[in-house]
Amino acid sequence: MKSGSNLEKILASGQFAVTAECGPPKGTSAKVIQRKGELLKFHCDALNVTDNQTAIVRMSSLSGCVLLKQMGVEPVMQIVVRDRNRLAIQSDILGAVALGIRNVLCLSGDHQKFGNHPGAKGVYDIDSMQLIQTLKLMRDEKKFLSGEDISGDVPLFIGAAANPFADPFEFRVVRLAKKVKAGADFIQTQAIFDVPKFARWMEMVRDRGLDKKVHILAGVIPVKSVGMARYMRNNVSGLSVPNELVDRMADAKDAREEGVNTCLEIIEQIKEIDGVHGVHIMAVAWEDIVPAIVEKAGLMPRPVI
Amino acid sequence: MITTEQKKFEEIEQMTKGYNRLLVLGCETCSAMSFAGGQRQVSELAVALRIARKTAAQEGEVLEDAIARQCEPEFVDLVMDIVADCDAVLSLACGAGVQMLAERFPDKIILPGCNTMFLGVTEEFGVWSERCAGCGSCTLDKTGGLCPIARCSKRLFNGPCGGSQNGKCEINPDIACVWQLIYDRLKGLNQLEKLQEILPIKDWSNSFHGGTRKIVREDLKL
Repeated sequence: MKSGSNLEKILASGQFAVTAECGPPKGTSAKVIQRKGELLKFHCDALNVTDNQTAIVRMSSLSGCVLLKQMGVEPVMQIVVRDRNRLAIQSDILGAVALGIRNVLCLSGDHQKFGNHPGAKGVYDIDSMQLIQTLKLMRDEKKFLSGEDISGDVPLFIGAAANPFADPFEFRVVRLAKKVKAGADFIQTQAIFDVPKFARWMEMVRDRGLDKKVHILAGVIPVKSVGMARYMRNNVSGLSVPNELVDRMADAKDAREEGVNTCLEIIEQIKEIDGVHGVHIMAVAWEDIVPAIVEKAGLMPRPVI
Repeated sequence: MITTEQKKFEEIEQMTKGYNRLLVLGCETCSAMSFAGGQRQVSELAVALRIARKTAAQEGEVLEDAIARQCEPEFVDLVMDIVADCDAVLSLACGAGVQMLAERFPDKIILPGCNTMFLGVTEEFGVWSERCAGCGSCTLDKTGGLCPIARCSKRLFNGPCGGSQNGKCEINPDIACVWQLIYDRLKGLNQLEKLQEILPIKDWSNSFHGGTRKIVREDLKL
């Protein structure tokens, strides 16, 4: 075991993992996190706490993780390289480990231009690939990037993102291979709406044997409305939202129910794809629906290890 | 070249107000190539300032001149007399030129008439774009001669990120994803294997992050 985290144990045991996203509040209330933790604790193996997602300032990922941890929910701490340089990142990792956080997801982060402080300076001292390398160095060699020794163990389960839908498509699997080489233990993918394209990507992943080296959790987003479907299709780079999905949402009597149904269908299909070891549910501003999705997808009860 | 863009006239007018004898000083190298601060732009701006001043019944005189390069003391010294005769100098050079004037003329008000933009190229007449971040340790050999530091919005060394779509950067559809360009170029050169390598963490101490930089060439000093 690299970290001994619940997520690592479940994935190592070959069971299908379930994670979900838990966005921290634009404020100081611990209750927002605690409520999401209560809601999801029996339905997920770990909860990702986002790090100023879409470049909008929120309660820090580290604090959100600690709040979850205190209530017995396992967090995945997301770190973006947009806001921190190598000093701050390494120092946050030391603190996170000291506070019992074991899972970390390494990300570039949405560009600051998209957020609520578009005039901010983006840090980007290291990139997401190099962040993975940094955490691996800290864990396996107990060293800082400077080469100096870290006192104490750094048990981490290192996660990274992969987007099978961005361009150039044929390079996407190479980039995943680089992330695996850099030290990624698990992958949470961009949200999947286009299952055939995801399946093609997974085929390339298997051809390179990468599914044996890294645990891939397929990302899904339950879509709440036709407006959301349209917005994601038209405005979010690196997302592939088929027109059929938008049409289905538009034609549905009950858009929310249709959104849940399409999400369940996608989960059903990706579960059948070789090399997919779990699902990551990103119910943006709709966390309440996650328990029902996990139940209806036949993913309950969650394993206790 | 160092690209510059002339500030908005209102800002210049506001900044120069109150300096009766004003010298508008052009720079005939980069700023002229940027069509922001060469002799011609100096004349146009001087005329506009004179009209504005006349309209506002403001006294004083707007003088004009241009030198080959405001970043070199030999050229700057050529305008010593005319500068001495002014209350302030509005420089149409880049920030380096403005500061050279300030150093050379310690008792004179020196004002910037341009915004310094970037190290870039002329793509076509009237279009300039960024190419170099002046990082102090060039690694263009690793990326097919295209720079991810200057041209990737997230300065990724191991791109492209998940926001690359149809060859464009997610932050602006007018900007090419440099990692797509790198991919295409290396593919064309049969060097795609270069992208299998993880580019290492950069030592930024050769860049601005190591403090203000200076080059000293003992072999050239007189």
